[in-house]
Amino acid sequence: MPNVISTDICIVGAGPVGLFAVFEAGLLKLRCHVVDALPQPGGQLSEIYPKKPIYDIPGFPEILAGDLVTNLIKQIEPFHPTFTLGERVERFAKLDDGSFQLYTTDGTEIQCKAVAIAGGLGSFEPRKPAVENLEQFEGGKGVHYMVRDPEHFRDQKIVIAGGGDSALDWTNFLANVAADVTLVHRGTTFRGAADSAEKVKTLAEAGKIKLVLSSNVTHLHGNGKLAQVTITGNDGTAETVPLDHFIPLFGLTPKLGPIGEWGLELTDDAIVVDTLDYSTSLPGVFAIGDINTYPGKLKLILCGFHEAALMCQGAFKYIYPDKKYTLKYTTVNGVPTL
Amino acid sequence: MEEDIRIYVEEAPGQRREIIAPTDMGLSLMEVLKASGYDIMATCGGMALCATCHVEVLAGPALFEPNDDELDMLETLPVIHPGSRLSCQIRLTPQTDGLVVRLAPTGA
Repeated sequence: MPNVISTDICIVGAGPVGLFAVFEAGLLKLRCHVVDALPQPGGQLSEIYPKKPIYDIPGFPEILAGDLVTNLIKQIEPFHPTFTLGERVERFAKLDDGSFQLYTTDGTEIQCKAVAIAGGLGSFEPRKPAVENLEQFEGGKGVHYMVRDPEHFRDQKIVIAGGGDSALDWTNFLANVAADVTLVHRGTTFRGAADSAEKVKTLAEAGKIKLVLSSNVTHLHGNGKLAQVTITGNDGTAETVPLDHFIPLFGLTPKLGPIGEWGLELTDDAIVVDTLDYSTSLPGVFAIGDINTYPGKLKLILCGFHEAALMCQGAFKYIYPDKKYTLKYTTVNGVPTL
Repeated sequence: MEEDIRIYVEEAPGQRREIIAPTDMGLSLMEVLKASGYDIMATCGGMALCATCHVEVLAGPALFEPNDDELDMLETLPVIHPGSRLSCQIRLTPQTDGLVVRLAPTGA
């Protein structure tokens, strides 16, 4: 049974601008559903720099990115937004009545009256190493860019590649789950958290895992399913080992993703909008924040907040073309609830 | 401006584009490369947190050593070179005149 959600505005992207759009929509009594490919709200503020201070949010001389996200979530609570996290919007269709249907990677269907794309720089995708036939083994054929369920690797032979925290952490964790764990790192040292690095070394010395330094996985072999990988040392020596799963863990990098194929007018991977209401070339679809472009565009959170307010006016007019709306100030009426 | 410097971007083997950059605005190499039309995302805006501004320094004056933040981020990349740096961490000053860099492939 597919998960079907019905709302007024579907906001694609749970970064600061997408979150604040919920507030502005709420003032107009429009309900929102927010979708994000990351497992937590906040976009790059949560994913990349939660502990970094931001100095250009009006009214906050200094605020940590993570705290700004916490505050935004608190601020939109009265409007009871709903969320689909950890899923990426894949397809979208405009219906004859002017409403929309969006579908995520995991089959969630969202029915809405307007769409607000607040996708930032796109969705965060795993950074892939430059191994020639990597893609041939994606999708359940042996290559995994993240560990969703460690049980999937129980009693299996796995090779992990990478030198950062996630490579170290998963090596340590999977050492007790998988039958055989090899960690391949192109360097000779680990700069990740000292205790995880130490634990990896201890496991390697005890023979619980195999640690291959100064090396890279360079070739994948298998007929329809991954069977062997070739590990090549920086000195040129190569070794081919059998395995069940290859898990390259090299962090995340943003990609525009499927939004680029929705038929919206783009310039340099950004969605072209009308600054009147941040509408795109497709009526009913709006774009706010870092993902849009217009003359004079500044990629600032505060500009995204402003865009969110104007976008909601446009979305209201799109949804209720015959209704009149007068701006109400929160100082006069307080914050309404939905 | 007398404090302008020249940096060079190797766009293909043997093919270097000269960029004139000011040194009185506190710009980073990443900012100058972006402003010169190169396709650099610089997602984190210059905090050494995303590695999308990865460059390889090929020649030029000796640069200061990368700090811990930069080294940590370089560590996560699948491929680095002896001259790998994050261009957001290279502040352009009169001492960086003549720097030659090559951009790492997008997403790498």
